[in-house]
Amino acid sequence: MWATEVPAFLPFYLGAIIALCLNDKLRPIVTLIVPLIGGYLLWFLPEGIHWQFAFFDFQLTPFKADKLSIIFGAIFHIAAFIAGLYAWHVRDKMQQIASMLYAGSAIGAVFAGDLITIIFFWEMLALTSVFLVWARGTERAIRSGLRYLYFQILSGLLLIGGTILYVHAGGDISFGYIGLESTAGWLIFLAFGIKCAFPFFHNWLTDAYAESTPTGTVFLSAFTTKTAVYMFARAYPGTEVLIYVGAAMTCFPIFYAVIENDLRRVLAYSMINQIGFMVCGIGIGTALAINGAVAHAFNDIIFKGLLFMSMGAVLHMTGRMNGSDLGGLYKSMPKTTILCIIGAASISAFPLFSGFVSKSMVVSAAINEGYDWIWLMMLFASAGVFHHAGIKIPYFAFFAHDSGIRTTEPPTNMLLPMGLAAVLCIAIGVFPNYLYSMLPFEVNYTAYDTTHVLAQTQILFFSALAFVWLTLRGIYPPELRSINIDAEWLYRRLLPNFVTVISGYGRQIENALTTRLSVSTQVLLYYIMHRKGPIGKLAQSTVTSTMVSWVTLLLASYLLLSFL
Amino acid sequence: MQEDKTHFFDKPENVKRLLMVFYACCAILVILDFVLYRKAYHSLESIKAFYPIYGFVGCVLLVVIAKWMRTFLMRDEEYYEPLDEADKELAMSKQGKEENVGH
Repeated sequence: MWATEVPAFLPFYLGAIIALCLNDKLRPIVTLIVPLIGGYLLWFLPEGIHWQFAFFDFQLTPFKADKLSIIFGAIFHIAAFIAGLYAWHVRDKMQQIASMLYAGSAIGAVFAGDLITIIFFWEMLALTSVFLVWARGTERAIRSGLRYLYFQILSGLLLIGGTILYVHAGGDISFGYIGLESTAGWLIFLAFGIKCAFPFFHNWLTDAYAESTPTGTVFLSAFTTKTAVYMFARAYPGTEVLIYVGAAMTCFPIFYAVIENDLRRVLAYSMINQIGFMVCGIGIGTALAINGAVAHAFNDIIFKGLLFMSMGAVLHMTGRMNGSDLGGLYKSMPKTTILCIIGAASISAFPLFSGFVSKSMVVSAAINEGYDWIWLMMLFASAGVFHHAGIKIPYFAFFAHDSGIRTTEPPTNMLLPMGLAAVLCIAIGVFPNYLYSMLPFEVNYTAYDTTHVLAQTQILFFSALAFVWLTLRGIYPPELRSINIDAEWLYRRLLPNFVTVISGYGRQIENALTTRLSVSTQVLLYYIMHRKGPIGKLAQSTVTSTMVSWVTLLLASYLLLSFL
Repeated sequence: MQEDKTHFFDKPENVKRLLMVFYACCAILVILDFVLYRKAYHSLESIKAFYPIYGFVGCVLLVVIAKWMRTFLMRDEEYYEPLDEADKELAMSKQGKEENVGH
């Protein structure tokens, strides 16, 4: 079938161009039709290379499909549709077009078969997504978007540099296993790591995702980090350092999430925690672990999207996002509450919800391969994620003390995609085999046996018990209007301060020099003025007769000389 | 603002009832650990009630440490940059309300 040869990103890019010419009423329709068309084409897409051409000395493969890219392509289409529906009411051309190009770029990146194509889509991901942050229009959002862009550009530059070195060292331009044996490998690793929100490079995520528009964050949460996870799964499977980085990512954000006030920022921290599980799985590198990582990426896009949508609905309806300002919303937003709880149960990996069937694969893989400490860290992180994303998010937004806010349910176009995501969360949780059949390796794993279900239920109930106990005893930290210092302090406080101090010193030196210099300059100036100034000897004008007399003298001397 | 009816969690006895059910579930889960056969992939897992203890202790530690972290990490909201106007108004009104409550 010829239509399957159409590169997967093309419907999105064409859709964006068409949307550019349409009015406010028709544009949302395009944003929904495009993922449907793309999804339809993807359904019939066979594995293999579908588009290849020579570009100078390089053999480019912009469209190549295998099981790994198809599952990521599929979830990106689902996410684009859900987020598109969620943003149906938006009448902002820039946001709508940026989000379509953004989704298209993520899809292009996962179907790219060579590094040059990846560079192109990598940069497009950065350039299109930043408009979703800027669309909020506030001063803070604009500055936050700029910081976001710096990191994305840094990642892009590292990727370009790494690719040049890689090809120069005789590497093949086609994209496959890269590994950490060379400098080029490390550069590309770091490029992916920045987009994957590795520790110390993670604040672009917590910064920008909390400042974007309610709808923009739903798009943002789906694509950038998961594209990076895909890249790791393809280029660095079984790289041991990923296990430790991943384990760190599962643990440190949960501490921040507990004390963070902005609920979308809590979700951003919990996103880093979830990506940690995926990175860990890729690092372990066995078939079970990679399958777990990919399945978890698939599920995370849905349940994290659902949570961001429910918080977006709260922000859209109340204009508030701080835990300290919210509470008691279950009274006026019961449907949103239930949908949010389904998302919370999924991310916490409750049995029968989607997170359970994928996270347990990664945890099992860690224990099978004998990574005892990593396993314990992941268990701790599982309990912790329930604590902050599973309980804190619904509790402080919808329950806790009544903030007195009375609002209504969000518009239907926002409730529908949340319902759709919730149905998917439960469907995948109850029937995991459909998801398992899409995974890159064959699955010999049963999530639902007594051991897994009992252990997971126990750990969740007892971390809930800890929450209840801490709250009743008044130990649980209250939500406060505040921010917490994180790695971003280095470039938002230390670096600007450093520059201020250095420029302060510079100014002092400049002042000292000018006072010294000014004395000698004045002496020099006086000297010059004396000689060449208006009253100076050389500047005095003389009458014409003086010249005539000199010329006469000159001619006379010629005459005299000629007689000699 | 319209006067609204009493909701489920407005009644303390409902909260109490829910908590009772929850405690019962916790107890049953621990008992099940002794009744059902749970395969141990790791030596730690063969400890009875390992998961309940780990979950509870882990979470208490998490919260206590996070709370302690606030002492040196927490800063004013405008530490990096000023708040947006709408946010600022919200913060002011909130503060006012809290002061009123305090009097």
